[in-house]
Amino acid sequence: MAVQFSEEKLNKVKEIIARYPEGKQKSALIPVLHLAQESFGGWLSSETMDYVASLLQITPIEVYEVATFYSMYNLKPVGKYLFEVCHTGPCMVSGSDNIIAYIKEKLGIDVGETTADGLFTLKTVECLGACGYAPMMQLGKFFKEHLTREKVDQIIAECRAQAN
Amino acid sequence: MGRKLLLDKAHIEGIRYYDVYRKNGGYAAAEKALKSMSADQVIEEVKKSGLRGRGGAGFPTGLKWSFLAKPEGVPRYLVCNADESEPGTFKDRYLMEFLPHLLIEGLLISSFALGANRTYIYIRGEYAWIPDILEEAIADAHKNGWLGKNIQGTGFDLDIYVQRGAGAYICGEETALIESLEGKRGNPRIKPPFPAVKGLWQCPTVVNNVETLAAVVPIINIGGDEYSKYGTGKSTGTKLISACGNLNKPGVYEIDMNISVEEFIYSDEYCGGIPNGKRLKACIPGGSSVPILPANLLLTTAKGEPRMMTYESLNDGGFATGSMMGSGGFIVLDEDQCVVRHTMSLARFYHHESCGQCSPCREGTGWMKKVLLNIENGKGKMSDIDLLWDIQRKIEGNTICPLGDAAAWPVAAAIRHFRDEFEWHVANPDEALKRNFGLAHYADPLPVVAAV
Ligand SMILES: Cc1cc2nc3c(=O)[nH]c(=O)nc-3n(C[C@H](O)[C@H](O)[C@H](O)COP(=O)(O)O)c2cc1C
Ligand code: SF4
Ligand code: FES
Repeated sequence: MAVQFSEEKLNKVKEIIARYPEGKQKSALIPVLHLAQESFGGWLSSETMDYVASLLQITPIEVYEVATFYSMYNLKPVGKYLFEVCHTGPCMVSGSDNIIAYIKEKLGIDVGETTADGLFTLKTVECLGACGYAPMMQLGKFFKEHLTREKVDQIIAECRAQAN
Repeated sequence: MGRKLLLDKAHIEGIRYYDVYRKNGGYAAAEKALKSMSADQVIEEVKKSGLRGRGGAGFPTGLKWSFLAKPEGVPRYLVCNADESEPGTFKDRYLMEFLPHLLIEGLLISSFALGANRTYIYIRGEYAWIPDILEEAIADAHKNGWLGKNIQGTGFDLDIYVQRGAGAYICGEETALIESLEGKRGNPRIKPPFPAVKGLWQCPTVVNNVETLAAVVPIINIGGDEYSKYGTGKSTGTKLISACGNLNKPGVYEIDMNISVEEFIYSDEYCGGIPNGKRLKACIPGGSSVPILPANLLLTTAKGEPRMMTYESLNDGGFATGSMMGSGGFIVLDEDQCVVRHTMSLARFYHHESCGQCSPCREGTGWMKKVLLNIENGKGKMSDIDLLWDIQRKIEGNTICPLGDAAAWPVAAAIRHFRDEFEWHVANPDEALKRNFGLAHYADPLPVVAAV
């Protein structure tokens, strides 16, 4: 797959660059990497990163430096649905351990693994700012909060239905 | 009922949208500031209000603003810190989701006071749906003449942009945030120079928390003097507290800073007590970085006075017997919870989030995590407890930014107040492996989960 944004996305890139003063287009890097990850299969290949570098007229190393620093960028392919379950203190005291154990059992994978059908990846993450609505996980753009076993079952079923 | 200044209109249907916000008195403060006050007069009101930064450090906002350098011909920037990554803290999210125009109005008044024509909201990347809400509100404010060129005919220009982060707690630290906004790794800068002199793109910059900037709206509406009558002592105004952990009603509450901790936890107006008839064991009252307190020291100070929800009272007793207001992330642990395990999870958090620039922080947080994991998983030695104490002492004060201290304090406080629980883990390795709770062995066992 040749890495290339659509016309619409290229306009979005222009709009992002226009948020900064002249010559400060490097500031667009983090938002443009988000856009790239969304557009090119949920992760950043080195080809994608090089493409972003060329768009912003910065060197590839400047992109790698940033992509490896921030935890939201995936540097390896991930499943279609990425379950990012918070396991920091406040979620832990509200039962996140049990939710993680349940998801592992239900999907038959360990933390950091992807199901054989490529649909689900399970990750544990640090506090996402939803501590009062724990246990919780991030799924794509949104948070799934107040998780219970039933709710996990439901989320998995919805993802499967959507994928078909 | 506690008096409210920020969330007083939060219950109004549709307050998220411009028309409803405006009909309910929105943008009146902006009108007053831009049309009838000078920039210095706005700063003066903020000084009079006694407002202290709500991001964690509690530094007086008016004073901070007066430090901003104003060289001729150099742009100045206001940056709104919406990184909100301190475990236990989720109040800024609430403001942005439900009252986006309150934040925008606060940004408008503050930018006017500072002479900034371009203002950025740096929001943590995981709050991925909130930029849409903010951008819609910004567009509506624009349409109605509150942003853009020559705002309301006053000659003042302002544009507000939203920038998402990408997952890094350290980007809440103001100089790391600036680096990130410049498209780099979030490595904190060595200070001085301070952002007030050389900040974003080397220009004078003020970084303030979401709640701080929203509070400027009521300050202008009612006046700094009136605002300062809320709360007590040097804790003026109201404060948002995000309450979580073992509580009947976790959530975001606005408190007038003159209620007691006990009232906050147990009254129905606030958290409604602890679920399932359990007892209170411990609490981290101001976000994961501040010292944990056992129940007795939480509810009353060492002097035997009721502990209040104010900067001063939470601090009473210093590190020996007190804690801090911090960011207002109020984490409650009931009798079933294991302090060792909880501390281990926080140590893991700080290790994960260390930017790695300074060795005491990078190595020290890794060591603390490892030693705590061993103790939690029944592989600890008695000497490990002193080792932990020693490591945290070596981090504190020896790093570029305060993340090092933030990682050290929770470990120090846990050992200070719950040493017996650490010793119990070492002495009872089999038990420690089998269950998730510590000394409170009267509690019902939790399901055992695999060691992490
Ligand atoms: C490691 C670290 C993380 C921080 N995270 C945040 C944060 O998420 N939000 C915030 O407003 N301030 C955070 N701060 C504090 C900021 O550096 C800064 O003091 C604050 O934004 C100033 O705003 P205020 O005066 O309005 O509180 C953090 C500080 C440190 C050292
Ligand atoms: S204290 Fe830690 S987070 Fe802060 S600059 Fe040093 S290594 Fe980075
Ligand atoms: S601890 Fe899980 S969201 Fe904060």
